[in-house]
Amino acid sequence: MIRFRLVPRVAPSQKMLVYAPLLAVVLTLVVGLTIFAALGQNPLHAFRAFFLDPVSNANGISELLMKASPLCLIALGLAIGYRANIWNIGAEGQMYLGGIFASGLAIHYNDAGGPWLLPTMMLAGAVGGALWASITALCRAQFHANEILVSLMLTYVADLLVKFLVYGPWQDPMANNFPISISFGDDALFAPLASYGWALWEGTRINTSVFITLIAIPLAWFFMDRSFAGFQLSVAGVAPGAARYAGYREKRMVWLALIISGVAAGLAGVTEVAGPLGQLNDRWTPGYGFTAIIVATLGRLHAVGIVIASLLMALLYLGGEAVQVTMQLPKAVSQVFQGLLLLFLLGCDVLVNYRVIMIRPLGVAPAPTPPAPAPAAVST
Amino acid sequence: MKFWKTKLALLGALCLLAVSGTGFAADPVKMAWVYFGPPGDGGWTFAHDLGMKMVQKELGGKVIASTVENVPESADAERVIRDLASKGNQYIFTTSFGYMEQTLKAAKSFPKVEFYHNTGYKSAENVHTYNSRMYEPAYLAGIIAGRMTKSNVLGYVASFPIPEVVRNINAYTMGARSVNPKVTTKVVWVSSWFDPGKERQAAETLIGQGADMLMQNTDSSATLQAAADKGVYAFGWNSDMSKVAPKAHLASVTQIWGPYYVMVAKAAVEGKPFKDNVWGGMKEGMNGLVSLNSSIPASVVKEVDAKKADIVSGKFKVWSGPVKLQDGSVKLAAGETFTDKDIDSIKFYVEGVDGQLPK
Repeated sequence: MIRFRLVPRVAPSQKMLVYAPLLAVVLTLVVGLTIFAALGQNPLHAFRAFFLDPVSNANGISELLMKASPLCLIALGLAIGYRANIWNIGAEGQMYLGGIFASGLAIHYNDAGGPWLLPTMMLAGAVGGALWASITALCRAQFHANEILVSLMLTYVADLLVKFLVYGPWQDPMANNFPISISFGDDALFAPLASYGWALWEGTRINTSVFITLIAIPLAWFFMDRSFAGFQLSVAGVAPGAARYAGYREKRMVWLALIISGVAAGLAGVTEVAGPLGQLNDRWTPGYGFTAIIVATLGRLHAVGIVIASLLMALLYLGGEAVQVTMQLPKAVSQVFQGLLLLFLLGCDVLVNYRVIMIRPLGVAPAPTPPAPAPAAVST
Repeated sequence: MKFWKTKLALLGALCLLAVSGTGFAADPVKMAWVYFGPPGDGGWTFAHDLGMKMVQKELGGKVIASTVENVPESADAERVIRDLASKGNQYIFTTSFGYMEQTLKAAKSFPKVEFYHNTGYKSAENVHTYNSRMYEPAYLAGIIAGRMTKSNVLGYVASFPIPEVVRNINAYTMGARSVNPKVTTKVVWVSSWFDPGKERQAAETLIGQGADMLMQNTDSSATLQAAADKGVYAFGWNSDMSKVAPKAHLASVTQIWGPYYVMVAKAAVEGKPFKDNVWGGMKEGMNGLVSLNSSIPASVVKEVDAKKADIVSGKFKVWSGPVKLQDGSVKLAAGETFTDKDIDSIKFYVEGVDGQLPK
């Protein structure tokens, strides 16, 4: 029987590492449109309904940016840690805490707001996210606990904390026991861009919170690719031994990576509760903290890649809704697209980093195994 | 700026044309439903989907109905609702409580579109609410449970301690105690509307505590399945669940949205949007107790039928005195009845319910 084996490549093609996500997108499209055809839909029609119609007007663009913005923000924070092999899986929980801290201010100062309220909420949200992440940092740095487990478990704690608050002290007294807070006042909300007289955004939901992400993108890029701290994190990720030999302090890096991703996730939480929601309830998050993990991976842990990946992810959501509305296709279609995309990306990655060799039955000498590859800086 | 003004004017003119167009040419009315789950959930969304299909069947080509399923109760819901409105749907039904704020926000941007929000308590000029008095069939189910129980312990798998759910627990208990005063009801909260795993665990806990008649206020059929596996009885909720476990299934408390949807659709086709808030019960045909198990004695079926007739005729009201609280004190004296507002803010357990209401 012929068997196959994966053998690491000596030096994975740097070019292919960049092209792999693009190839994955193309393969996803081909297979996805074939599925549409199998469902009895005209593939071109479906392609238009899924990928073009949702962003064919100002409202669509606004929705795309609103969806992509928190994903991008969280993913940028995560990528910084992931480069150093610090796997924060609990961005969702850190986002909850950001939302909680900001909501606390919004509810407490509902009658006594002012222009200072929203910036303070942003600060509080960032602190909330950072505090939650610092529990994970403490466990990892001091007790060598696995940060994947700790951060993931803390997400469930955060979820229960939100439930406690909206069922208890922060429940809207007028809400008949329903788990919702009061609706925030205008001082506690990001203003719609339309309110600044931008005719282009008239009637859309896009608000000033997108500027947080727009500012975060160059900052994250600078930190990751141009700062010494970012360099230290990358070295710690690809060659922990070298990092120790160079005298980089591991604990400090754990704290840094987790605090940064906590701040980003916390801010993303603020943009949701003080953005399109305008209140705290027990089911306000659409799972951005988890989706952002996919976005960070898809974007190759690189700022530009993450921007593109977050837009693509957002488009998959919008497209999935659009084909439901216009073509009455089930929601599962968009999940199929997401699944295909990940599958092909991981598949391409494997083939870029490894080659397949065939092992013939008895009597044929196996191909010599080449030495282990020099680790690539941004391979996953 | 000028360009935009002209464009707006043009848009307005087009809208006018479109509106006047509907006057003489019978363009189909576009209606849309926003679903919380998939129509195949066999419970909540399934019941709404049945109603939607009834509209399609009765009004045929006069209505174009579309649906969006699995819409999360986050800020995403507002986008879906706005998207439906901007695609020309003039009547939009949002079928879960968690869409309340999103519906109101979207409605502000689309004043010409009529919105119908299920189970909420906030309405507006173009947002109307509709709900079903599920406590009526729950009371009838209680009568069956009170007669059939051997352990005198009933079990209730509950979702969230909101008035809607609390009054259903109370009604179920009151129905049972009206025929069997020895009955107590145990409640387990699962903090979810749809989580078959948790619902099943809760059901097994209740059975372990001696409950032999299970009821639920959650969306899946997990409670019924657990009852079937453990050899006790249970009821279906939201939709007819008799096929899930024909032996263990005593009856199903169902929501029937079809007649309401058809009424709104007919008014829409006539060009007179229906604008009332509706809170209907058995009398209006908005819910029912169906598929009674053949193992229920004929005398009990007769008893239930008689009570049902009284509810439909208005002779009997579930929320009429005497109603006692857990400590035995009188909440509602004989001869008194709750107003709808009272019923909508019930935050107490009645006598016979075990445990403390989560605050």
